Amino acid sequence: MKYAQVAIIGGGPAGLAAAIEIARGGGQATVMDENHRPGGQLFKQIHKFFGSHEHQAGVRGYAIGEQLLKETSEMGVDVMLNTSVYGIFDNFKIGYIEQKREQLLQAERIILAAGASENTLALPNGTLPGVMGAGAAQTMINVHRVLPGRKIIMVGSGNVGLIVSYQLLQAGADVVALLEAAPEIGGYGVHASKIRRTGVPILTSHTIKEVVGKCQVEGVIVVELDGSMAQKPGSEQFIEADTVCIAVGLNPLTELAWLAGCEFVYIPVLGGNVPRHDTNMETTVKGLYVAGDISGVEEASSALDEGRLAGIACAESLGLYSSGEARQLKAAVWDRLDSLRTGPFGQKRKDAKDKLISTGEGSVL
Amino acid sequence: MSKGIKKTGVPSWEELKDTSGLPDEKRLEEGPVAFIECVQEIPCNPCELACPSGAITVGRPITNLPRIEGEKCTGCSLCLAACPGLAIFKVHKNYSETTSLVEFPFEFLPLPQECEIVRCVDRYGRFVTEGRVIKVKRLKKYDLTPLITIEVPKIFFSDVRSIEREVCNND
Repeated sequence: MKYAQVAIIGGGPAGLAAAIEIARGGGQATVMDENHRPGGQLFKQIHKFFGSHEHQAGVRGYAIGEQLLKETSEMGVDVMLNTSVYGIFDNFKIGYIEQKREQLLQAERIILAAGASENTLALPNGTLPGVMGAGAAQTMINVHRVLPGRKIIMVGSGNVGLIVSYQLLQAGADVVALLEAAPEIGGYGVHASKIRRTGVPILTSHTIKEVVGKCQVEGVIVVELDGSMAQKPGSEQFIEADTVCIAVGLNPLTELAWLAGCEFVYIPVLGGNVPRHDTNMETTVKGLYVAGDISGVEEASSALDEGRLAGIACAESLGLYSSGEARQLKAAVWDRLDSLRTGPFGQKRKDAKDKLISTGEGSVL
Repeated sequence: MSKGIKKTGVPSWEELKDTSGLPDEKRLEEGPVAFIECVQEIPCNPCELACPSGAITVGRPITNLPRIEGEKCTGCSLCLAACPGLAIFKVHKNYSETTSLVEFPFEFLPLPQECEIVRCVDRYGRFVTEGRVIKVKRLKKYDLTPLITIEVPKIFFSDVRSIEREVCNND
């Protein structure tokens, strides 16, 4: 059976950052990822990141990903690709499938950094070819360089909906409308302004009533919503389109944490059920840590920092750092995380995270 | 219709004037200067670091809105390419007797050619006026964000913020 001092499940920004911190402390980390390349969603992010200088603000996401991969290989982190983890069993035995073979890995510590998956929207005719997640469209244009369509309807005005709309325009498509069910735009105004300058209409208090098409998307019927989110009769209009992108939030990929017996808290702002954890990112199962979107949906910069935090804390628990050293290192990361979680957009997440980290609040399942 | 960035995706003039990102009237008259259209407190400060003359202050927390000191701004354009939100513009109001220059980031292909006459749009993407492309800058330090400078009739210096994007339909 293969052995890892620390097994990290998920090789996105959180997982790689955790692995780097463990390796830096002198530990041995194995990253397990089901994809053929590590980096998670970073290589789809062709825009410049927000944040502070320490968060590499102003640097494009893929460049941050390249830097992370370079560090990972320089630090000698073991990365297992095309590896699907399907279970965590007694004493941290990890079941995984690699090259169609079921295998086991024994770990001393586990960090779960599995990320999140896109929410869907149940729509009449929503199974027609051409309806897809905004993240899928982003993978098509920025990783595979294939345009999913020419006339796009985007549903959802969070940062994902706004950024992917902009990138679809850059890729040469037209975004014929961006719909938002709420009365206001959810994501950053500057992202909205970028697409408005190209003439994309943003229809707040609007949603799709149904998708129209015979063998594929030919358009949508858009309807206005009133203050209680009910459809306004008579407000329907047809908009021609060949692609519908859904950007209505993400939910944490928590299956492995459930299997491992972690205690969960339901917090809608963070994407739903999330494993309770402490300031070390350690869950209620001793030795099992979480980082990134699995611990509450945020963005890549905070995932990176949470990964570092989990890595440092995990290394400390293995005796690789003294508690004094670890305290200093963790304090620096917390400073950065707190700076991301301020202001009208970040404060909600900070409050939710505080609630998640403290004990006794939230509805324990 | 209610206005403002949360509703329309475009900052209203009131929202813009409430921030400290715009140069004052006097500074506008004196030469090229940055016009920071950042009205929401998001955690972000690359503009502050990009400015070589210390004209932009964000400070701590990094959700503070950027403040510009017009007299320190040399109009070097570095903040335009550094802003991840593409929310900084450069305005040279008195370029000539009758025209102004507006510079903006433009991340779409094809790029316009220098001297070309282009259709200029406002913050809503609406056609405002025709303008002449003065410069297309693609410096390495801009990290793939080209900066376009266009000459427009002076009355439009605070309206024009981009040009129409060309859609190529060759498969």
